[in-house]
Amino acid sequence: MKRVPLLFLNVVIIATCGLIYELLAATVSSYVLGDSVTQFSLIIGIYLSAMGVGSYLSRFIDKNVAEKFIDIELAVAVIGGFSAPLLFLSFAYVSYFSIILFSMVFVIGTLVGLEIPLLMRILKDELDFKELVSRVLALDYVGALVASLLFPIFLVPKLGLNRTSLLFGMLNAGVGIWATWLLEPLIKNRTLTILRVKGFVVIVLLAIAFIKADSLTTLAEDGLFVDNIVYAKSSPYQRIVVTKGKTGHALFLNGNLQFNSFDEYRYHEALVHPAFAAFDGEPKRVLVLGGGDGLALREILKYKSVEAVQLVDLDPMMTGLSKAFPALDELNRHSFDDPRVKVTNGDAFVWLDNTETEPFDIAIVDFPDPNNFALGKLYSTRFYTLLKKKLQPNAAVVIQCTSPLIARRSYWSIIRTLEASGFDVKPYQTTVPSFGVWGYALVKLQPFETPSSPPEGVELKFLNRDSFASMFDLPKDLLAPDGEIEVNRLDNQALVRYYESEWRRFE
Amino acid sequence: MQLSRRDILATFLGAPFAWAACRNEPRRFPEGEIVGQNATLGHVLRENRVFEVSADKWTSVKVAIVGGGVAGLSAAWKLSKDGFNDFVVLELEKETGGTSRSGVGQPVSHPWGAHYLPVPFQENTALITLIDEMSLTDGRAADGSVVIKEQYLCRDPEERVFYKGRWYDGLYLHVGESEDDKRQFAEFQKHIGYWVNWRDAKARRAFVVPSANCSDDAEVTNLDKISFADWLASNGLTSERLIWYCDYACRDDYGLKLDQTSAWAGLFYFCSRVRKSGDESQPFITFPEGNGRFVNHLAESVKDNIQRSNMAVSIVPGDKSVDVICLAEGELRGYRCEKVIYASPIFTAPYVIRGFREDAPFAANEFHHNAWFVANLFLKDRPKPRFARDFPLAWDNVLYESPSLGYVNATHQAAIDYGPTVWTYYYPMCHEPDGRTKLFNYEWRDLADVCLTDISRAHPEIYDLCERIDIMRWGHAMISPRPGFIWGSERRKALEPYRNIHFAHTDLSGIALFEEAFYHGLRAAENVKAIQTG
Repeated sequence: MKRVPLLFLNVVIIATCGLIYELLAATVSSYVLGDSVTQFSLIIGIYLSAMGVGSYLSRFIDKNVAEKFIDIELAVAVIGGFSAPLLFLSFAYVSYFSIILFSMVFVIGTLVGLEIPLLMRILKDELDFKELVSRVLALDYVGALVASLLFPIFLVPKLGLNRTSLLFGMLNAGVGIWATWLLEPLIKNRTLTILRVKGFVVIVLLAIAFIKADSLTTLAEDGLFVDNIVYAKSSPYQRIVVTKGKTGHALFLNGNLQFNSFDEYRYHEALVHPAFAAFDGEPKRVLVLGGGDGLALREILKYKSVEAVQLVDLDPMMTGLSKAFPALDELNRHSFDDPRVKVTNGDAFVWLDNTETEPFDIAIVDFPDPNNFALGKLYSTRFYTLLKKKLQPNAAVVIQCTSPLIARRSYWSIIRTLEASGFDVKPYQTTVPSFGVWGYALVKLQPFETPSSPPEGVELKFLNRDSFASMFDLPKDLLAPDGEIEVNRLDNQALVRYYESEWRRFE
Repeated sequence: MQLSRRDILATFLGAPFAWAACRNEPRRFPEGEIVGQNATLGHVLRENRVFEVSADKWTSVKVAIVGGGVAGLSAAWKLSKDGFNDFVVLELEKETGGTSRSGVGQPVSHPWGAHYLPVPFQENTALITLIDEMSLTDGRAADGSVVIKEQYLCRDPEERVFYKGRWYDGLYLHVGESEDDKRQFAEFQKHIGYWVNWRDAKARRAFVVPSANCSDDAEVTNLDKISFADWLASNGLTSERLIWYCDYACRDDYGLKLDQTSAWAGLFYFCSRVRKSGDESQPFITFPEGNGRFVNHLAESVKDNIQRSNMAVSIVPGDKSVDVICLAEGELRGYRCEKVIYASPIFTAPYVIRGFREDAPFAANEFHHNAWFVANLFLKDRPKPRFARDFPLAWDNVLYESPSLGYVNATHQAAIDYGPTVWTYYYPMCHEPDGRTKLFNYEWRDLADVCLTDISRAHPEIYDLCERIDIMRWGHAMISPRPGFIWGSERRKALEPYRNIHFAHTDLSGIALFEEAFYHGLRAAENVKAIQTG
């Protein structure tokens, strides 16, 4: 086996890997920071200058050049290989992302800058200087061409940034291990074994990451959630995560807690039963907007008089999960199997606007908090006006209204919006340990008396006469704040702006 | 093993191309076509032929309205509302509506041109009659201003702007503005406030819709003598983002660049829809199909009187009557009328009206129009935001570093926030010296490329999301309010009838707006009717 040509092949691979890391860093940073001109220009500049630093530093390596060369290969493999995933994760978690970015580029550049001078010194005994310089540099540039072609045409579209990064890390480590054979005569035997073991470990680590690249997002999420994740999937609408911990299961949508099985009954009893208590007569038809977890359904189905429940939830993956995921199905007491329940997947606003139905006696409105404009419209005067058209004249409705403690103006904006839509409104609140103090609104089309106790003959864990009545006594710190509170309309989305400013204080 | 350099090169260089060739599908390019306006049809007129109509093809009708755009339909609507039904609307195209036309499709209808109407001031009673009739209103507020039903007011968020890789709230770019930018923006607002509150000796506003009610005091009309760019410069307003903001306004409302637009027109845009200084501009009434809703309503109200695909090729005014000769389905038809309402772009008058050229009442070639193209992109889904902090999809989505006006999301007003949608992309050809010729030399593929390349800077995945692009080329989209035109003599002369022909078009205001076209339509209808009944 001829050593020299194969070492030249190493040059090509090293050069390719080197340029790939540079392109990766520039691409990731322009993806996450934008302004690609600045990002590319900065990264290329830092990278090239770092290579110069590396080349300069190579003079300080006197002994065991071959061994040092392999060590550097492995170091590049690790840092370069993990560069893209690391950059993505650090963008998600740390605020000084650019410092990490630029130091990483500098380190990789320095290491890559060390490679070629060292390799040339290894080869200098085999070839005359003229031949050496011409071949090594020519192949170095060929490698750059290969990388610049592969990167946009094949690597980014087929593999994506994370996998490209990891693949070239492996390739780099491969070069390192291969070099232990090519350079065997130049290295001490004992060191040789150590180097091979190191190389092997690096490849295995990178390979695992390569195979698991898809769960990198989950990896990032694991940092966010305290408990074990037992289900995680992205639907076209949201990221659904179910966790299981000591206190039970919890559901998160886009990272926001929806319930914890430990205390969700408090939330759902408070959400459903006041509407039934306020309804005069036997409620037959119930509308649920949102509530894809089926837990409000569980409370509703406790009433024998209920003949039909129409549930409208945006996300088929959510309602499907609530039925198919055993822990959830158990928690909602198989509500989705009840023949009285009809599920429609769609945007509740569009559904209300476009669907002909018989009027309902009770409506339970249980949407996620209004943290974006698509949700904000579900709390607008227009939305409540559309809802009114689906109601019996004596219907009772409950709306979940976020936390009046954390987001007092948001809460009162919803109350004012309901009033502006022509409802008589009874604001109330309860405490759900997982959430804190939580707010609701009980509304009817006609002025009405606040109900004083939960309906008879329904099995309840939380509500009794006293706790029921006390929900409607708002403590002083939850009362309407001074100053005018805007009504939430489609054309002002006042609520989303209140909500954002109030919750941001806690981020 | 002996590997030559050439082998290595071959191995590595071949790979990506081999991969590219083996890819299951080539890079997708959406389908689509050029739709609408038939330019060759109109250009027949230039030949100035003599048309002979056979005796059995003549019809008598009291009034012929030539042109079924906003002005023509408004005139027809007004005549019919006043109980006068002996008229015909002659429309060249297969559809009425002019530049307010819209397309029907899934998931929602979408505009092909004008797409909103600012809520009229309470003084504009004629227009309020129309929006009342369309049941867009919810009565009146205590101060007498009209209350529009919530679902017809543009839903928040109205606008966002894409700048250096990110989306920001609003149209004016606040992010990264310097102290000087802030000061200049405030200064600019002060100027606007001054003109909003300005009244002449007769208590007329400087700028108001319809523009016929604007003051003709020299302090205001002198603004028409300079360009908006010069006006900004002469007031020391040099901030790049302020200039961009004003330039965008000119391109958006007039299809002209800042230095091509009259300062009067530029200030009209900012001042005419603000009640008093410090107030917000009047909110927008809009629909998924844009102003298509209005013209469809107008057309429906006079549907029995409309003749589509009827091109008026010759109008021959006589002493007591006027003959209109039309080309329809390959044959010539004649209408013998008492009056004609000429509701077509004014520059066409010399080509159609006999005797106009020889004894011109005004210089029709002073009425310049600019060219646009409008594309409707049918998307199977919306692009995902690239950054959590990106401002979300709005109604109007503007690209700061682009000659286009960005795109309007048609599902926005239908409150549909997920899944398929239609984006309407607007591109005024004001950056090219001869935009109209260029526009008609471009094929569908060229224009679709322009549109996708532009949008892909903000949404790289647009190629995968967009399934179809239809494009409409507007050769004469809007009247150009270049300096000197609005307060020049030719425009004002055209307000007078020529023999028994009354002109009605937004061109007569010098600015292309629904309200102006509506005003001139009603004005012509009143004049014609006065003569009829009087």
